Amino acid sequence: MFYAWPFATLLGRVLQPSSVVDTLTSPGIGRVIWFTCWQALVSTALTMAIGFAPAYVVARYRFRGRRAALAIITVPFMLPTVVVGAAFLALLPERWHGTAAAVVVAHVFFNVAVVVRLVGAMWAVLPTDLTAVARTLGASPARVLRHVVLPLLRPALYAAASVVFIFTFTSFGAVKLLGGPSHPTIEVEIARRATQLGDIDAAAVLSIAQLIVLAVVVWWSARWQRRSEHTFAAGRTTRRPRTRSERRVVAVVMATTVAAMVAPIAMMVARSFRTSSGWSLTPWRTLGANEVRPGISLGVDPLGSLAVSLRYAALATAISIVFGGLAALTIASARRHGRLLDTGLLLPLGTSAVTIGLGMLITFDTAPFDWRSAWWLPPIGHALVAIPFVVRSLLPTLRSISADQRLAAVTLGASPLRAWWEVEVRRLPGPLLSAAGFAAAISLGEFGATTFLTRSGRDSMPIAIDRLLGRAGAVPHAQAFALATMLFVLTAAVVAIADRQEVVDARRA
Amino acid sequence: MRRWIASITGAAMALGFVACSGDGGTAPVTVTLVAYDSFPTEKTPLNDALATFTEDTGITVKIVTAGDAGAMVSKAALTAGNPEGDVMWGVDNTLLSAAIDAKVFAGEPTQVDFGDVCVNYDIAYFTQHDLQPPGTFDDLAQPEYKDLLVVENPATSSPGLAFMLATIDKYGDAGWTQYWRTLRSNGVEVVDSWETAYYERFSGSGGSSGDKPLVVSYASSPPAEVVFADPPIDAAPTGVATGTCFRQMEYAGVLRGTRHGDAAQQLVTFLTGETFQRTLPLTLFVYPVNGTVSLPEVFTKFAAVPANPYSMDPVRIAQHRQSWQEQWTQTVID
Repeated sequence: MFYAWPFATLLGRVLQPSSVVDTLTSPGIGRVIWFTCWQALVSTALTMAIGFAPAYVVARYRFRGRRAALAIITVPFMLPTVVVGAAFLALLPERWHGTAAAVVVAHVFFNVAVVVRLVGAMWAVLPTDLTAVARTLGASPARVLRHVVLPLLRPALYAAASVVFIFTFTSFGAVKLLGGPSHPTIEVEIARRATQLGDIDAAAVLSIAQLIVLAVVVWWSARWQRRSEHTFAAGRTTRRPRTRSERRVVAVVMATTVAAMVAPIAMMVARSFRTSSGWSLTPWRTLGANEVRPGISLGVDPLGSLAVSLRYAALATAISIVFGGLAALTIASARRHGRLLDTGLLLPLGTSAVTIGLGMLITFDTAPFDWRSAWWLPPIGHALVAIPFVVRSLLPTLRSISADQRLAAVTLGASPLRAWWEVEVRRLPGPLLSAAGFAAAISLGEFGATTFLTRSGRDSMPIAIDRLLGRAGAVPHAQAFALATMLFVLTAAVVAIADRQEVVDARRA
Repeated sequence: MRRWIASITGAAMALGFVACSGDGGTAPVTVTLVAYDSFPTEKTPLNDALATFTEDTGITVKIVTAGDAGAMVSKAALTAGNPEGDVMWGVDNTLLSAAIDAKVFAGEPTQVDFGDVCVNYDIAYFTQHDLQPPGTFDDLAQPEYKDLLVVENPATSSPGLAFMLATIDKYGDAGWTQYWRTLRSNGVEVVDSWETAYYERFSGSGGSSGDKPLVVSYASSPPAEVVFADPPIDAAPTGVATGTCFRQMEYAGVLRGTRHGDAAQQLVTFLTGETFQRTLPLTLFVYPVNGTVSLPEVFTKFAAVPANPYSMDPVRIAQHRQSWQEQWTQTVID
């Protein structure tokens, strides 16, 4: 209701057949579409390749700092691009500024978490006896990887690749900041047409074009995902690295990954202490103060924005867990229609935030449904973004439960309800918490959709950061990074807490 | 585990109730003021001024923010006749004609403030290199300023658009693309947003980390540098090339379709009155239109008010905006 209806209303209102042709033949649009496609493909391929090793390590091994490392890898995906992107830009050599390469590198940085988490979650429950058997039969590790592990992982690989593709295809912040004016994507072009030129027709045409491409990709990936599914007895197979070479692999992979993820974040923290005179505590000290100088205040309340963000996150998490959980159960049990639902839930991710924002504006505009600046619209937007992740965290586990297991339970005398409870529901807490953490973190950092909604009352943290960045002067600039640092710590904590629950469950099992 | 979920849901609901009970205003009339994102919603002298309006008239003012000025006007055009609020603040002269054509306003909007978009320079750089800072558009094309200037893309940034319009006003339909070709061969750098230009590429701001000593920003950026410096300073680190300025004027007006026409009109009158106008320089860093307001000292000392800024008729801007942006892209980027 909060996605399809507004989108359809907008299309119905503004779309004219002639504008389809006009837009798609306007000068430069071919180049925009071409750049969008190839950068998304290259970014996805590289992200998958680079995320594979850390996914393996976090899935298979238990080691000191594992949770912290996982949180650090995850957080850049959640943080608003404006902030991390700015720090990222400062780290890149100057001749990279405004290049396609910078865009691709940033996309890998932001999305590697998707691969590590989605592929890692599946890998963690792959039974080790299969690989052990293969090894015993004389297969080399490479052969085991290719013929045993990869085929079993395929559903998660497809899922991760399609999510990364969606995010890089519709990328906005990273492209604007790092690609510069010569490398616009379709999403950037949509925003430009809708907000700078007031050409909403053209924006709607482009957002449909974008959606069609993504729908095809998602449908295709869902199909392959299902075809490649296997059922197996899920186990928890994380263990401490035993041999020296195992320890070395774990150390090298994690150290490299974490170092690469931490560099821009360290830059961000450093900037929160830097003003005209060099290092200074003033930005932090005056963060909560009403007045920066006597009579002058920025009108940004960091602690207030923290409360707003927490409220949004709680609501968005609750909504996305309820609806995402129900959707996952439905998808797992209903075969054919489930596939449609699965694909459908990913579509909001692929729809331009501008279009959804404008759609909501003209849909919910009549009393008693005049919700245009209702305080709860942003968390609903956040939940729309988070639901696919909730579904995707739960589905692999749900699907790997075979009907035989439930049958066996019933045969052994359990009532159908009890069988369902014992076999399916009891296996969910771990993935469910992980999903909740992800949803909360997504909500904390969400920026795109929120900016296009009309807002009343206090700002959430990402919006407050953006407002501070939009002002001239050393103190507000450093304060933006101070607030971003707080957001980083908060998001990392949420992710770590969610992951901790998973660890506890694993121990109990 | 279940307790964890229960507590999350519980917390969410509790917070929800708090939010609901906090929302309901008790005043007889509430007027909603639609503004762009950088308009403060609380805790500034500007908001204190609005509170005095409520005290005097009994009309409560609710502020909603609707994105940047461009997004705000697009939304207003889409909802013309059934607006999101009663009064809109901050439609500038580059967007005014589009807003009027879309019949966003009931009656004529009123000018509420003005400001200039100009090239800013890093004073320290030019002192160190014993170079005169540029003053005009012609100067910027000179070889001694090669590779020094960073500008914003007029297709995505409002100061970028203003700067392009100034060059069109100066060199005319026939000459402006030629001017940009010269700038291009003189090494002008283009980025997508003011934030990137000012903080990542420009060298002069207290918070910046770039190496370009010339940037397109506002004539009021130098006083902002003084006000927000740490530790406090008594001279601005940046100056303004007063021959490169474009005058931006912002308007406010009653939105067509409002149910509180009288109250909305009272608010617009208040927005141009002395009490409110006095707060503009140090909150939005723009100049008041009300002539009785005296400017704060940092403004009289460090802000430049160009004698003859470039400007353009809003109708002409609305007519040619898109094609100019396309020509600019072809000239400077492709």
